[in-house]
Amino acid sequence: MASESIALTVHRSPLQVVYEWMATVDHKKIGLMYIVYALLFLVIMGIEAILMRIQLAHSNSTFLSPQVFNRLFTMHGTTGVFFVAMPILFGFANYLVPLMIGARDMAFPRLNAFSFWMTAFGGLLLYASFFAGKGFSQGGIAPDVGWFAYAPLTAPAFSPGHSTDYWTLSLLIAGVGSIGGAVNFIATIISMRCRGMTLSRMPLMAWMSLVMSSLVLVTISPLTAAQLMLMVDRYMGGHFFDTTAGGSVVIWIHFFWIFGHPEVYVLIIPCFGFISEIVPVFSRKAMFGYPAMVAASVGIGFVSLGVWAHHMFTVGMPSYGNAFFVLTTMVVAVPTGIKIFNWLATMWGGKIVFATPMIFCIGFLFQFLIAGLTGIMLATAPFDWQLANSYFVVAHFHYVIVGGILFSIFAAFYYWYPKITGRMLSEMLGKWHFWIFLIGFHLTFDFMHVPGLLGMPRRIYTYEAGRGWETWNMISSIGVIFQAAGILIFVYNMIQSYFRGTIAGNDPWDAWTLEWSTTSPPPEYDFATLPVVRSRRPLWDLKHPDDPDWKYE
Amino acid sequence: MASLWGWRPNGAHPLLSVILCTLRCSGAMAFFFTHLSLLAPAVAGQLSPTNIFAPDSTPARSIFRLSIFDLEVEGAIFIVVFSLLAYAVIKFRRGKRDDSEPPQVYGSNQMELAWTVLPVLIVVVLFLATAEVIHRVQDARRPPGAIDVTVVAHQFWWEYRYQQFGFTTANELHVPISDSHGSTPTFLALLSADVDHSFWVPRLAGKTDLIPNHPNSTWIDPQETGLFLGQCSQYCGTQHAKMLQRVYVDSRADFDSWVRNQQKPAVSDPAVAAGAALFIAKACFACHTVRGTIARGVAGPDLTHLMTRHTIGSGAVQITPQNLRRWIRDPGTFKPGSLMPAQDLTDTELEQLGQYLQTLR
Repeated sequence: MASESIALTVHRSPLQVVYEWMATVDHKKIGLMYIVYALLFLVIMGIEAILMRIQLAHSNSTFLSPQVFNRLFTMHGTTGVFFVAMPILFGFANYLVPLMIGARDMAFPRLNAFSFWMTAFGGLLLYASFFAGKGFSQGGIAPDVGWFAYAPLTAPAFSPGHSTDYWTLSLLIAGVGSIGGAVNFIATIISMRCRGMTLSRMPLMAWMSLVMSSLVLVTISPLTAAQLMLMVDRYMGGHFFDTTAGGSVVIWIHFFWIFGHPEVYVLIIPCFGFISEIVPVFSRKAMFGYPAMVAASVGIGFVSLGVWAHHMFTVGMPSYGNAFFVLTTMVVAVPTGIKIFNWLATMWGGKIVFATPMIFCIGFLFQFLIAGLTGIMLATAPFDWQLANSYFVVAHFHYVIVGGILFSIFAAFYYWYPKITGRMLSEMLGKWHFWIFLIGFHLTFDFMHVPGLLGMPRRIYTYEAGRGWETWNMISSIGVIFQAAGILIFVYNMIQSYFRGTIAGNDPWDAWTLEWSTTSPPPEYDFATLPVVRSRRPLWDLKHPDDPDWKYE
Repeated sequence: MASLWGWRPNGAHPLLSVILCTLRCSGAMAFFFTHLSLLAPAVAGQLSPTNIFAPDSTPARSIFRLSIFDLEVEGAIFIVVFSLLAYAVIKFRRGKRDDSEPPQVYGSNQMELAWTVLPVLIVVVLFLATAEVIHRVQDARRPPGAIDVTVVAHQFWWEYRYQQFGFTTANELHVPISDSHGSTPTFLALLSADVDHSFWVPRLAGKTDLIPNHPNSTWIDPQETGLFLGQCSQYCGTQHAKMLQRVYVDSRADFDSWVRNQQKPAVSDPAVAAGAALFIAKACFACHTVRGTIARGVAGPDLTHLMTRHTIGSGAVQITPQNLRRWIRDPGTFKPGSLMPAQDLTDTELEQLGQYLQTLR
């Protein structure tokens, strides 16, 4: 099957190939486009980060002007959340969910393509501001209002020109794409499962995609609403956020974080899915406590909707308001703890294989544990009065996003690359990638906590000498070199393995979910005959007819 | 199959050992941190003038104590979970030639219950400790002897209004020393003239935002004299980085004499009349106030007693005759993005204006 499709592509002109990709409604191709698109933006945001780390490496640096620095952190944050993390996770879910639930495509293939192209257009529009932020005749200026763009900094008085409009519009458009994608995932997971696959037999990755999509539906809407209000303020004389006319800027803060906090879970929950697929396979054991994992994820989804104001402990809420959000935030620790313990219990008593996907998962577990603990510190409102908006917070959420989300995404790449391309990634390069990136990550983000504790606020383009911040910042900046090297190894590995990697076969990891039952890469129709399943691990049942899972579940 | 599970899920054993281990670890951590916390203020002050672990005022100290408790609990959790992870990774490696599958375990309700209930208990304890400190700091009563200052944040400087004493100053806050009973705390009303800002002097108190049309407040009762540094910690635009804060804690006598001096109108020295005239002619008065003259602008800092301050540009640079002149000519040299425009002055004019400003003590 695979050789046949390769033979077909050989006869096509490059233009036909491009057209084929642009017009495709195949969930696998769309998933891949999401992933490649996100990787390009990952490189861009990485370059932005490198520039900022050069600037901050020592005190009183003049490498960047304050204006440029402010644009860089705005673009770095906006790109990272909306055009790297979300698309890459949507991409993996797009590729994997139909395969995992034994379907031939998403429920609405054309909506799927539409969603991708909206997201893609959003990202391009954001970066168009570099060329046209002041209007096409006057040249570019990127947004410089920060990724949460607190009003009234976005008001015309403080943000003239169009850079803020590019920010607003691009998120609005990408938001339409995200909502389309979420609707599609929910419909697919609810109604496209193969015979025998009840909700309680669904792979955890599919469950996590379901929870993630539900959260996207609920949380992108307030962001979209806020962006519309901002546009009304900026162009139609509205006063939603105009304090001189009785508007409220605190309303923006609420709207933003009602979106912004669940958004963190939109990003991390699919990663829980990756970990829950990979850890069992490389521990050679069934997932420990599957129902508890599902319950914990759904629980996190619900609780995450009631914690947003922990981003607002310094905004001046009454003491009982602060206390309420301390409690709800700390409650998140309970289901999160359940998940960590279940992963540990899955490894416990297993026979762990230290392949690259697994070592990235172990890195994830270690770093996610620390990120969770610093999260509890930040949830302690009085402690947060000191830590909020300091470099401690920056270190904390990079621990979540890089140490947690990115590590699990790397694990997912090493795990599913053979399925997607038909060839294995190099294990040796994978281990180099892991160790070098790990060193870089810890150099940068472990030491970044310290200047926060020593009073360094985030988003400052420079700092004076004598505050005791220089050494820590220098170490953080040095770490970036290692991270960049790790990424280069990763990119090289993906490119060279595509041409010269060992042939993977259908099931290189001896895994248990349905995507490994079809060819690598899967045919356009995914499965020649739709599978029928009797347990959570259909391939285990096939491989162990003497001791199948359905006897115990 | 469950019996093959390393930690017999039905016995009390594993749970008990986890609890015991937690207690032991947290005991050790508590010992470590209490000793650290005794040492901390002295050592921590050396690390950085803005170290949150070197508190010198009741709100900061309450936060400090809570944060040490927090760190102890989290340290204990980290040790337990990390040990389990490390143990699993080391112990349960697959052997070189081992192709068999391990026993399959699907879960254990007892274990799930244990690792649900235990975190719930920890959360309850942490929440109660936190709520107590929130209440103590946020709902503190204002004692009769308190000093009131209204802080108005601007892009990118601080205005301090001492309405009690009838004057306004900028960028350098002076407060009297208090004692551990909080005899003369300073209560700060926090306002903003433009965008969001945040008031943060880490050794004195946690931060509180200054938001337009949303009055906030905070309080401090420093118990040592000296200079305390801080800076705006809510991104407020181009020069967010150089919106620095300096809080001078004075002895009561020093504070009173500082107040008496600030209450006076500006010195009028005929020797610098040319500079004073330029201050009007070059429209400096449109933004700056010099009490006792016709200059009553409010967009920029009050300059009535400029030379009693130690810095220009909200802490951007030391106030020396030379820096003052360079600042007037082009504030962008020290603070690119400052809203004060560069001035087109001849060298003579600059010198006259500088001479005039230097008399404003």
